Amino acid sequence: MKLSWRRRIAVPLCAALLAAAACSGGTGDDENVTLDYWLWDDRQIPQYQECATAFTGQTGINVKITQYGWEDYWSNLNTQFAARRAPDVFTDHLAFYPSFVQNQVILPINEYVERDNVDLGQYYPGLADLWVGQDGKRYGLPKDWDTIALAYNSTMLADAGLSREDVWEATWNPTDGGTFEDIIARLSVDENGVRGNEPGFDPTKVATYGLSFDNPSNSASGQTSWGNFARSLGFELLADGNPWGTDYQFDDPRLAQTLDWFARMVKAGYVTPLADLQGVGYVSLFEAGDVALAINGSWAISSFTGISGVNVDFAPLPTGPQGRWSIYNGLADAISANTAHPDEAWQWVKYLASAECQNVVGEKAVVFPAIPASLEVGEQARERAGLDVSAYTTYLESQNTFLYPVTVNFDQVTQAVGAAVDEILLGNRPAAEALTAAQQQVDSIMGR
Amino acid sequence: MSERWQRVRHHPGAVAALFLLPAGFGFVVFYLWPALRALWMSFTDYNVLRGSGDWVGLQNYQDLAADPLFWHSMRVTALYVVLNIGVQTALALAMAVMMDRLTRSAVVRGVLVLPWLIPQVVVGLLWLWMLDPRLGVVNHALDWVGIGGQDFFGSPAQVIPTLAGVNTWRFVGYTALLIFAGLQMIPRHLYEAAALDGAGEWRTFWRVTLPLLRPVLALVLVLSVVGSFQVFDLVQVATGGIGGQPGGPANSSLVIYVYIFRHAFNFNNAGYAAAMSAVLAVLLAAVTFFIMRALRGSRSDLA
Repeated sequence: MKLSWRRRIAVPLCAALLAAAACSGGTGDDENVTLDYWLWDDRQIPQYQECATAFTGQTGINVKITQYGWEDYWSNLNTQFAARRAPDVFTDHLAFYPSFVQNQVILPINEYVERDNVDLGQYYPGLADLWVGQDGKRYGLPKDWDTIALAYNSTMLADAGLSREDVWEATWNPTDGGTFEDIIARLSVDENGVRGNEPGFDPTKVATYGLSFDNPSNSASGQTSWGNFARSLGFELLADGNPWGTDYQFDDPRLAQTLDWFARMVKAGYVTPLADLQGVGYVSLFEAGDVALAINGSWAISSFTGISGVNVDFAPLPTGPQGRWSIYNGLADAISANTAHPDEAWQWVKYLASAECQNVVGEKAVVFPAIPASLEVGEQARERAGLDVSAYTTYLESQNTFLYPVTVNFDQVTQAVGAAVDEILLGNRPAAEALTAAQQQVDSIMGR
Repeated sequence: MSERWQRVRHHPGAVAALFLLPAGFGFVVFYLWPALRALWMSFTDYNVLRGSGDWVGLQNYQDLAADPLFWHSMRVTALYVVLNIGVQTALALAMAVMMDRLTRSAVVRGVLVLPWLIPQVVVGLLWLWMLDPRLGVVNHALDWVGIGGQDFFGSPAQVIPTLAGVNTWRFVGYTALLIFAGLQMIPRHLYEAAALDGAGEWRTFWRVTLPLLRPVLALVLVLSVVGSFQVFDLVQVATGGIGGQPGGPANSSLVIYVYIFRHAFNFNNAGYAAAMSAVLAVLLAAVTFFIMRALRGSRSDLA
């Protein structure tokens, strides 16, 4: 039998303390099980703390929540896996879970799901399917979902003579940019107060950019930048299906057209140049009044609504030739293979994905819960706060969502594509050339 | 017992071994064993997540020779080292000589090492904010004096000089102190003799100070060259922006350790990362040997 290090130390220690009768652990009962639970989003700690407290009250199982920032989270998790000391339960992401499955460091939960009759139909359609591995086993229960929309500074919108409807009904195409290009042009203002659509606009001395987004080099899906625009041209990232495709299509001309349009907008002074995305980030720029429109994921709504002194509203992304699309992603909780308490870990995972905890998640209104009824709770909470986030939910109603890519080696693909996108946005290389080179690298990464 | 002790005492070798034991234990457990294990790993496809690897022979080394990003990151690192060492050593030498000739104030020396006391990660975040192209205080100042804003970490051309500059800011005081300590070992009477012979400050520096400082300079160079090859935390924190992929834009700040880290802990290719580390270790040994040899670092003209 394999003992955990804690127990190995605890046994002799208990022998020494036996006279004082101070030892309660190690007797085999599960009274004092404490699960380690990790997440990366600090905005979500309160809701899961509330769930954990209720869970402990019901089961007697304690949950210790630890949070790390996104980059640290994944490095730490990998080293903890290597040391076989990963947290019992942790928040999992579609970009990383394929390699966890491949290396068998997380536990399949399909047997638990069957045993406890968890209703997979209670979640938004599609979310539960993402967490089934290539081996047909289930590795997670959905707990939230996210889409992408635009956050805008409504004062600036009014100053530019634009209305909410103008943004909501915006159209886009890569040739002339549609009404969306007009909108970001009008929202851009140079240091002399000249707008982007007026003669004499100086693209090298821009005071306010029409559009900004997260540094695009950190995801090969273009989730919060080019991905949704390319999709609205009919572009599909994987030709052989998602999840578990391997045939990436980065050399698709529609993607090149999309990125060329972005590069042209940077040059025109309507979109923040890449250099500005390598600093403190687009939310700070929005807060400082240097940006009017920002492409933003629903998980970061509260970063914008929390800005004091700026009137923020949300609108969906513009409609392209093939419609209005948003990438659709969801998180789940995974159980580490090295956990000493798989049964207790499952109880916690099940609780996190249950209507009870999902209602708490909905109530806190930081992210969208995976259960529709819980989202209702969240909508009511937002309504009370006077917040309209229907921009993010419209895609679900019209069924214009596409799934986040679930493939192996996604990190390596990101490295290749991220650098190519950088070069395009810097204006150093035409998109078609940079993307063809990236596709060759991606093919060798995917073993094609 | 005392008899046995007597016997041990008469064997200096045994006594020496006794004293070397603690350090030797630490060396074997914490340096030799990990180094050998890393070397073994470099011949396997070791995966951190799986916790195991199969023997692949020289495959990793062949891949490495054909990996354009590996050579790119070596070039980036070399550029960083040259810029960093050049500026840092020249500045530190000037500061040390000025301290030696003008003031021996402990306060001045204390102020010089202040940046060195700040952890590198904090330094990185601090400069990321100060050098932000739009919101940073530095560009506001540059705008004000009419130079105009710079992109710093956001520009492929400026990111490495910027990183070298930040690192120089942090380390120059420390390097200056090392050189200053070396200057104190130069006998005063040599300066008096030089003055009597009519040598000015400039000539004294080139003919007296620099030749006698050579062994210390060699040590300082080895320490700082090896140290700057190891640059990692600053790049990891300060490039790519907050939450972005470090090493950007377009891999222009992808120094070798960031690339090694990426393979070991993001791609789970610990075998490949170990192979790159092995090549780097050989390279650093060669550079150290070259500096010591060229500057005759182990011999002093004072003797």
